[in-house]
Amino acid sequence: MIVEQLRITGQEEIAPRIYRMTLEGDSVQTMTEPGQFVHVKVSDGIDPLLRRPISICDVSQDKQELTIIYRAEGRGTRLLAAKKTDDTLDVLGPLGQGFPLDSLQKGSTALLVGGGVGIPPLYYLAKKLVKRGVNVRTILGFRQSEDIFLQKEFRELGDIIVTTEDGSKGVHGFVTDAMNQAEKPYDSFFTCGPVPMLRAVKAAAASDGFISLEERMGCGVGACLACVCEASDATSQEGKKYRKICSDGPVFRAGEVVI
Amino acid sequence: MINMNRELPGLSMKNPVMPASGCFGFGQEYARFYDLNKLGAITVKAVTAEERAGNPVPRVAETESGMLNAIGLQNPGLEHVLQHELPWLEQYDIPVIVNVAGNTMEDYIYVSETVSRVKNVSALELNISCPNVKVGGIQFGSDPAIAAELTKKVKAVSQVPVYVKLSPNVTDIVEMAKAVEEAGADGLSMINTLLGMKIDINTGKPVIANRTGGLSGPAIKPVAVRMIYQVSQAVDIPIIGMGGIHTADDILEFLMAGASAVAIGTANFVNPFACPELISSLETRMAELGIDDVESIVGRSWKTCSSVSLSSR
Ligand SMILES: Cc1cc2nc3c(=O)[nH]c(=O)nc-3n(C[C@H](O)[C@H](O)[C@H](O)COP(=O)(O)OP(=O)(O)OC[C@H]3O[C@@H](n4cnc5c(N)ncnc54)[C@H](O)[C@@H]3O)c2cc1C
Ligand SMILES: Cc1cc2nc3c(=O)[nH]c(=O)nc-3n(C[C@H](O)[C@H](O)[C@H](O)COP(=O)(O)O)c2cc1C
Ligand code: FES
Repeated sequence: MIVEQLRITGQEEIAPRIYRMTLEGDSVQTMTEPGQFVHVKVSDGIDPLLRRPISICDVSQDKQELTIIYRAEGRGTRLLAAKKTDDTLDVLGPLGQGFPLDSLQKGSTALLVGGGVGIPPLYYLAKKLVKRGVNVRTILGFRQSEDIFLQKEFRELGDIIVTTEDGSKGVHGFVTDAMNQAEKPYDSFFTCGPVPMLRAVKAAAASDGFISLEERMGCGVGACLACVCEASDATSQEGKKYRKICSDGPVFRAGEVVI
Repeated sequence: MINMNRELPGLSMKNPVMPASGCFGFGQEYARFYDLNKLGAITVKAVTAEERAGNPVPRVAETESGMLNAIGLQNPGLEHVLQHELPWLEQYDIPVIVNVAGNTMEDYIYVSETVSRVKNVSALELNISCPNVKVGGIQFGSDPAIAAELTKKVKAVSQVPVYVKLSPNVTDIVEMAKAVEEAGADGLSMINTLLGMKIDINTGKPVIANRTGGLSGPAIKPVAVRMIYQVSQAVDIPIIGMGGIHTADDILEFLMAGASAVAIGTANFVNPFACPELISSLETRMAELGIDDVESIVGRSWKTCSSVSLSSR
């Protein structure tokens, strides 16, 4: 875990307000676990002050290159979108606990379900799973056809179903509509996206699985207790017990946390 | 040779820089980045008698050059801190300051007495200023008489020096400072966060689940400097200054305002190496400015003021 000035090797708008950025540097060597994230400083000064958490979307160890995909939302990510090739970016990471790969044996099947900017971490996961000989089936949810990204990349790794809320492409509806239609069995599911989607996926799933959560962060390293979620097991005196998303997560076993 | 050493009640420090309570956990997270022996001291997260779950999320919101937080004193409770966190810190040769919080006087007294008996605890910091916890009507941090009573009671049981952490959310900070000094406080820490709010204009609702939160970061620095300037002239006990420090020049400003040492909070989130980098850049800046001893500039802002006014008389 390290802070490094990574060099931006490319940046491209791959869908409306969705950017793919590639970065190069030594710390990329340590980014081996899918589902982990980096904490990015978007300004040189003190405004905006805090780092922004962004998932690791892909890593090329040959090129020592990290790929992130993000949506230009507020001030910080818009500043990120304005960066150019050869600019440097202050990156802290990799951080957090990723998706456990050893839960799946060779020949087993994983169902990956992603929504919007929850999709990027699933791509690195899919690549790692395929390398292990696990069959990967993916369901990606978008609002409308223009928003679709990474479809081709996921198709190269296994079966893929795309859903759009307005029906302009693929299955009309939500990712869970596609889950209900696909009756083929799977051994585990992995999901990342907005909380209502995670909830629906967990309820619709026919197996145990893993979910990746988001929360507003301070430190990103487990020290400030900003980013907690409720644990479903133990209770403290006040009847609640929290897990830190930045350091205990962002990936949790679906039953471990209350969503 | 620049003298960075500091001697404060209970605290023998090799430099004036320590992390601020709540921004550094119990040290373990940042120990993965650097050797904590580089620090002047360490202040750990608030400890309460029982485990606290804290507030619902969102607990933080970014604001202009600052942030709001309403963590709600989440901590594993006294027993856990005694069994795990403090023993872990024994491997380091730096003073440990334990931040103590509670709902009632009895809570504070119980935690203070117990913690102060632990062998690697050098001082207590009474957190009477957390803006994020509702205590059944008792305003420890804003009523000078209650703050003084608490200080007196804790002093009576504590085996180590007691620093009282003051809230900036008061009409007259000097009055508070004098009250706790008179009650026996060995030192002051200031400032805690300023009560604030951010509203999400898309939902029309406050961003933080607790609605209000404590403002920290560079945005509050001028308030901290002003309050330290005022209080340091009114009391004789040392001040650990904090509030928005991000650079070595900020540290110099706090020392000149009248702080004897400084604590770094929010800056750790922006840069996990903030404390060691500030320690080394402070030394560089002091060399550049021809300052050879930290002590020589403490309170310079008002000391020179008064000597100027004296000589012109
Ligand atoms: C573990 C993790 C991984 C993430 N991975 C990705 C990713 O791969 N691609 C992507 O597009 N987005 C991702 N996000 C969401 C991303 O962090 C936010 O979109 C981003 O922080 C918004 O910053 P902003 O400056 O655009 O918005 P602003 O509204 O200006 O941000 C203000 C503050 O709120 C925080 N914030 C706002 N929205 C979110 C959010 N959804 N989650 C966490 N903090 C938020 C910001 O970090 C900042 O501190 C991830 C979030 C987490 C927690
Ligand atoms: C996330 C967070 C948690 C904090 N928790 C505590 C705490 O437990 N006890 C305490 O006395 N102060 C706490 N503080 C206040 C800081 O110690 C410090 O007084 C304040 O943040 C101002 O310094 P800064 O601007 O350098 O952060 C907390 C601050 C932040 C940002
Ligand atoms: S962001 Fe600080 S504990 Fe997770």
